[in-house]
Amino acid sequence: MTTSTRSDLTPAPDESTAGEPLLQVRDLSVRFRTEDGTLSAVDGVSFDARAGELLAVVGESGCGKSVTAMALSGLLPGSATVTGSVRLDGVELVGAGAATLRQARGGKIAYIFQEPMTSLNPVFTVGRQISEVLRVHEGMSKKQALARAAELLDLVGIPSARERLKQYPHQLSGGMRQRVMIAMSVACNPRVLVADEPTTALDVTVQAGILDVLRDLRDRLGAAVVLITHDLGVVADVADRVMVMYAGRVVERGEVHEFFAHPRHQYSVGLLGAVPAARVHGTRQRLREIPGLVPVLAQQPDACTFADRCPAADDTCRTSRPPLTRAPQSAHEAACWHPATEVNRAVPEAGAGEAEART
Amino acid sequence: MTTVEAAVVDTPAAGTATPRRRRVLRRLLRAPLALTGLIVLVVAMLVALLAPVLAPYPPTQTSFASTFLPPGSPGHVLGTDSLGRDILSRIIYGTRASLVVGVLSVILALVVGVPLGLLAGYFGRMDSVISRFTDVVLAFPFLILAVGLAAIRGASLSNAALAIGIAQIPGMIRVSRSETLRLKGLDYVSAAVAEGASDLWILSRHILPNAVSVLIVQATVAIPAAILGEAVLSFLGLGIQPPAPSLGTMLSEAQRYIARAPWTAVMPGLAIIALTLAFNLCGDGLRDALDPKASRR
Amino acid sequence: MGRYLRRRLGHSAVTLVLATMVVFAGVRALPGDPALALAGEERDPASLEAVREQYGLNDPVWLQYLHYLQNFLTGDLGRSVRTNIPVTELLVSALPVTLELSFLALLVASLVGVLTGILAAVRRGKPAEWLANGFALIGLSVPNFWLGLMAILYLAVAVPLFPASGYVPFREDPAANLHHMVLPAVILGFGLAAVIMRQTRSSMLESMSTDYIRTARAKGLAERSVIGVHALRNSLIVVVTIVGLQLGALISGAVVTEQIFGLPGFGKLTVDSVFQRDYPVIQGVVLVTATAYIVINLLVDLLYSVIDPRIRVTGEVA
Repeated sequence: MTTSTRSDLTPAPDESTAGEPLLQVRDLSVRFRTEDGTLSAVDGVSFDARAGELLAVVGESGCGKSVTAMALSGLLPGSATVTGSVRLDGVELVGAGAATLRQARGGKIAYIFQEPMTSLNPVFTVGRQISEVLRVHEGMSKKQALARAAELLDLVGIPSARERLKQYPHQLSGGMRQRVMIAMSVACNPRVLVADEPTTALDVTVQAGILDVLRDLRDRLGAAVVLITHDLGVVADVADRVMVMYAGRVVERGEVHEFFAHPRHQYSVGLLGAVPAARVHGTRQRLREIPGLVPVLAQQPDACTFADRCPAADDTCRTSRPPLTRAPQSAHEAACWHPATEVNRAVPEAGAGEAEART
Repeated sequence: MTTVEAAVVDTPAAGTATPRRRRVLRRLLRAPLALTGLIVLVVAMLVALLAPVLAPYPPTQTSFASTFLPPGSPGHVLGTDSLGRDILSRIIYGTRASLVVGVLSVILALVVGVPLGLLAGYFGRMDSVISRFTDVVLAFPFLILAVGLAAIRGASLSNAALAIGIAQIPGMIRVSRSETLRLKGLDYVSAAVAEGASDLWILSRHILPNAVSVLIVQATVAIPAAILGEAVLSFLGLGIQPPAPSLGTMLSEAQRYIARAPWTAVMPGLAIIALTLAFNLCGDGLRDALDPKASRR
Repeated sequence: MGRYLRRRLGHSAVTLVLATMVVFAGVRALPGDPALALAGEERDPASLEAVREQYGLNDPVWLQYLHYLQNFLTGDLGRSVRTNIPVTELLVSALPVTLELSFLALLVASLVGVLTGILAAVRRGKPAEWLANGFALIGLSVPNFWLGLMAILYLAVAVPLFPASGYVPFREDPAANLHHMVLPAVILGFGLAAVIMRQTRSSMLESMSTDYIRTARAKGLAERSVIGVHALRNSLIVVVTIVGLQLGALISGAVVTEQIFGLPGFGKLTVDSVFQRDYPVIQGVVLVTATAYIVINLLVDLLYSVIDPRIRVTGEVA
């Protein structure tokens, strides 16, 4: 039934900017047991997260990007079955014991979640929640931990850090809460930082600040940042590399400028085609839409799951699953039998499409 | 926003879900415990309805020749009590009385409590008044309330039902009020208001039907509490008066002879337990079936 | 917190006043001539007139109510019709018994209830959960007076482990006092334990599926800490609220339990006075119970505001 394809991820010769891979994910698959049967949420996902690099994972709601993120350190509920391999600093996390996972979490891999409103415990002070990580993983005393917590709040740009420590989450604004979450997650200098749609629940004006913090951390700490988002503007703004997911599979991966200039998977083309381009001499263009719906899959078929909606699909696409293949002379990969070529688009600026999209 | 969603015409349907009512029913019938409870309830109601036909003896018929017969004695499956009355028959009629009081009192609570709760949740000004009223009723613990009522109006079945009903009213008000508050904040209510629907329309067409499921659950909790309440009141002598059969009075009479004839106490107690347990199982089953979080099991 | 507290205080005061009015109206609704009810034995017209003067029954209603309130506030609740002992005295002597019983029952119920509730929430789907749920179901379905009778039957009569009834004051003999209290306290606490267990379980389950628990796990905290500290703290808030709501049931349960075990407390006083038509005592009991209940609820709200920082800091319920 499921034929997962292994993809070769030996780095291409021209990839020298980023550091060594801190997180190596190979063939990660997640299935859920539900009332209506089994649900295949993630299928054969593989990627590397490298030091000092920000990898953006893009896709629509339901494409499995959040599930992938949660699966990395075993944060999924009991109804999920995770297969594959996740190596963090050489330690295998899939199927690892509770002690191993606990050690990895917070200390080596940290998370920033989407909803800052509910992700902080309402009955404990900010200071207590941040210092908790430090005391558990670094063995600091209460006093030391609080002092360090104040430093961290400073680091993420929260004013009057000392006073904030004594406050409760409900006393802070959404943007500040998210900064607290970031401070909490980088407290122990994690090697990998996973941010699951960190700006989605925030105002646009606050978004930029959060993105700045993330960018800063990537540069200063040299951590590998995995940023999950559905906003292409954010991708263009902060990402170094991008990975596109569709219905639980990776369909395209590569360096971000290359992606925007020459998208190869037909789905990516469709996504970028829907980006409102800057107006030229007052002409209007209708937003190009991808017809159809994202499938909810019980099992992963041996075919291209995008075929039903793809303008370039043919029989091959419907009968056999395309592997991730590299374009000639580049590190850019796409899982497509008929990758797009000769497409040239201007890189959209973050927020540029705002006004048009609101019509 | 230059989002990926902009590229898609439709957002995907949240799974091809089966219609809600069928799902609820399916869940309810799947739970063996709830099903057992339901069966017991149906049996109990039939017994109550057909009491005159089913009971082997009139419940108040005494026989000084056959007092304290143990269960299994010829002609008396469950034995007899201190006055020679057949326990099985008394239990049958007692169950009927319990069910009557239980249902009546809850109906009283619903009729008074639900409208008050709806009003309190919907109209802010009425909220404070109604909440104070609720607080006052709550200030009198159930038995104290019953004692007071018995002092004023004497002890009887109807007064017991009245006391229990009054004691249940605050609960009904609370539940319907909080449901109303929750539903009031939903978008479709705002939409209805924007379209000029009158308050009465919104309350009766939008809010009440959606609150029904919560109220049903509350009723299935309230009825066993009412049955227990009746038993307590009769036990203390504040409810159904002897010689009328009631599970509570049976127990108070049994207390005196408990060492000599334990079955006179055990049997009525088991009957009460069966009734309340059945209601509780059903109520639990219903609550689980209606609660979407149950699918996480 | 000041704002919240002031508001609650105001509400309680209003409720209290309303409650006194209700009782007052109830007394006036008693069948027959209130003078007869209050006079007791002496029924000749002269005595009745004296009673009317004494109790101010000839005054207009609102004046009577004010006198009534005044008496209440100064602790004068009349005298028992039967024994002529001041009602206040009767209440004061009965109170310690009921307080001790209620306190012990609450202690037992809280400990058992919270622990089993946590157990049921954490061991979801395992046999321990079913056991705990079964226990709760039984606790909710079994009439506690029947359970009391069974306890007497099997633990006091058949096997004389505990005394079937009676009371020994603590000061006289602490050991005997507790010996007599064990059965009643457990019986009274049983039903309450079931309610607490259910509530703890459900609020723990809710806490455990929140985002902040996911965060706690993502931080790499030990599971013990995640549940015992992060989830529990949030659940306790709910549990305290529920316990506060159960106080009324506790009082009702105490009435019955005292009746069964022959404890000379509030409950027994209440029931006896109904059958003896001792109206001043009935009135006194009802009034004092209602007042105590309102005050205790206020204290529970106070406690609630201390535990939940959202209320403590902003003065508003979250």
